[in-house]
Amino acid sequence: MLTLDRAAYDAIVAHAKRDHPDEACGVVAGPAGSDRPERFVEMVNAAGSPTFYEFDSTDLLHLYKEMDDRDEEPVVIYHSHTATEAYPSRTDIGLAMEPNAHYVLVSTSEHGNNEGAVEFRSYRIVDGVVSEEDVTVVDSIPTTTD
Amino acid sequence: MAIEVRIPTILRTYTGGDKAVSGSGASLAELIDDLEANHPGIKERLLESKDGGDDLRRFVNVYVNDEDVRFLGGLKAPLSDGDEIVVLPAVAGG
Repeated sequence: MLTLDRAAYDAIVAHAKRDHPDEACGVVAGPAGSDRPERFVEMVNAAGSPTFYEFDSTDLLHLYKEMDDRDEEPVVIYHSHTATEAYPSRTDIGLAMEPNAHYVLVSTSEHGNNEGAVEFRSYRIVDGVVSEEDVTVVDSIPTTTD
Repeated sequence: MAIEVRIPTILRTYTGGDKAVSGSGASLAELIDDLEANHPGIKERLLESKDGGDDLRRFVNVYVNDEDVRFLGGLKAPLSDGDEIVVLPAVAGG
């Protein structure tokens, strides 16, 4: 299960709506091993495309060095689909290289840049196997899990 | 000659879990051969056959002292003692 706070959820949705019809992408980093998505980091889609996304290679290095310095990992890796459902494409599955991450997919196909609900789903993608998981949005992430 | 190579999570199965390993070589191609000798299997994850030769995989990024190696000559990029190499899989999809 992915537990995400409202601020991060809203930031991901806002980014996806703003970049529609191109795909938006980014991460929510958190302390390594904590499974707590705490620090929202919007990334530029270097592909600038409605059907593909890729973090810019220089930005990618900067992001990973920063996370390393802070002892963080990418707890959530998100991107949007702008014309199809929020389910990982074959490309998404083939290129998923973070077995510990929650891969969040947002679909803006229904309302585009406008107000309105989006499809917001989360997956684990490990060795080409996709497992969908529940998403729980909370006001703030509890410090301990019961 | 020692060159530090930072290994991404997904490839640490080849390095016994180590985040960084030491290697040697006068070019990126030589360094990758040296890594393969000590961590068998890793080369296949970094390189693909293209036009009859090896090239870096499209969705693997390698940086030499913070510079994307694609701008430094790719596999032919010269390396020297003390260089810091970072390997990062692209974060990409469709």
